[in-house]
Amino acid sequence: MPRLIGLTGDGAAAEAMRQIDPDVVAAYPITPQTEIVERFAEFVADGLVNTEFVAVESEHSAMSACCGSAAAGARTITCTSSQGLALMHEVLYIAAGNRLPIVLINVNRTLSAPLNIHCDHSDSMGSRDSGWIQLYCENVQEVYDTVIQAVRIAEHPQVMLPVMVNLDGFVLSHSVERLELLDDEEVREFVGPFRPVVDLLDLEHPPALGALVAPEFHFEHKYAQWLAIDGARAVIEGVGREFGERFGRNYGLLDPYRLEDAELALVVLGSTAGTARVVVDDLRERGIRAGMLRIRCFRPFPADEIVEALKGKKAVAIMDRAGTQGGEGGPVFGEVRAALYTRGVFLPVINYIYGLGGRDVPAASVARVFTHLGQVAEAGRVDRAVNYLDLRGWN
Amino acid sequence: MSELAESKPAAGSKIAAPPRGLPGWLEIPLGGILVEPGNAVEYRTGSWRTRRPIHDPGKCTSCMICWLYCPDDAIVVREQKVVGVDKDHCKGCGICARECPVKGAMTMAEGGAY
Repeated sequence: MPRLIGLTGDGAAAEAMRQIDPDVVAAYPITPQTEIVERFAEFVADGLVNTEFVAVESEHSAMSACCGSAAAGARTITCTSSQGLALMHEVLYIAAGNRLPIVLINVNRTLSAPLNIHCDHSDSMGSRDSGWIQLYCENVQEVYDTVIQAVRIAEHPQVMLPVMVNLDGFVLSHSVERLELLDDEEVREFVGPFRPVVDLLDLEHPPALGALVAPEFHFEHKYAQWLAIDGARAVIEGVGREFGERFGRNYGLLDPYRLEDAELALVVLGSTAGTARVVVDDLRERGIRAGMLRIRCFRPFPADEIVEALKGKKAVAIMDRAGTQGGEGGPVFGEVRAALYTRGVFLPVINYIYGLGGRDVPAASVARVFTHLGQVAEAGRVDRAVNYLDLRGWN
Repeated sequence: MSELAESKPAAGSKIAAPPRGLPGWLEIPLGGILVEPGNAVEYRTGSWRTRRPIHDPGKCTSCMICWLYCPDDAIVVREQKVVGVDKDHCKGCGICARECPVKGAMTMAEGGAY
């Protein structure tokens, strides 16, 4: 029977890790992820898990240790944030390229400079092309549920790729929310035993990992990797569905809200979706056909599904909690717009960069995006593609 | 050989055909893993050579210094005598000739081909 408790996002992630009871956790503390490592270190010290906890000296070492342990056939989890993820960057590609099913819980925090410990998505967006599956959570319950699902997704024999579970720093990591905690047994049964495809400790058939690959083969390996992450879509949906059948909460690639008959739509990742739901409800009461599409799975990018969900809308605003310095708008904007237009769906799309460095995103601000969307829909054309929400001195 | 590796572009296509004879993406091991041990011998690093060591058995004392120093295990030894160089794996680095204590027993010549 599930148990109802109040817990922070970091606490929920740590609880999920305790119940998964991974073979190895190698992690280094960093705000706002520290609480996960602290709590899990306590679980280890109290003998509640059988995990080998490796207290490393940096995140580069953390991810390197994770690569080694996953290659040796051990179920491996780590967690980080911001500069920590940046320091892991080099090794992220190695984890993905060597097809190591590591789970990384990333607490979204902006990248320095200016130095700031608060939420935006610039850390994980910086590693969006590293070959990791990226899932973004809306609330504490989803953080807990997704960490559990991530193990299954990563280790699926047709996927064999690392998974990054993202939760918004402080907004989720340090906010206490209602959490339905599953039984330890239920979680262990759901994740099952780890059956590694690669096992460095297989003495009968000793393999070697990370060997030099010449130009004659490198491209073929990258193609196999592309197909694997592409094919992960079905596995992410399948695992989310199975989780729903067992525990009553369904998960997919996308999470639309009052979208079907909507004329104005917001596309959003992470916790801002919660605020957007309130705004959508409010606008609906006032007769405005507003809707929201939350992208839960950003990598692999569900282009077909997004276009299917958005086509027919009068105007769409893409919310980006990260910029692409020197690019045109944010990363989500670029990809969603490209997906629409390459499929011949030419509807007016605007971009809002918002919430950088922990800038609060109140409902009134989200409502202003819908006001702008209404103007775009009425004019039938985009007045300004890239916009900045609540940025002083900009209008 | 899979269909992919052997597939040819449609007639009249200006796209160059992929290189023949090597396995396609589906046939290579996951993540570039080497699935069997001891297969470095199959990688003919001798093709990298731009200079080649010349062994003179008349001068060589089989002191084994070259064998000890060779980073590619490319000094061929039979019955405790140095008999020559493994042409398939010698990269032509020249360490053997540099370390050889006997003048002229191992010398480097320009060009990789023997």
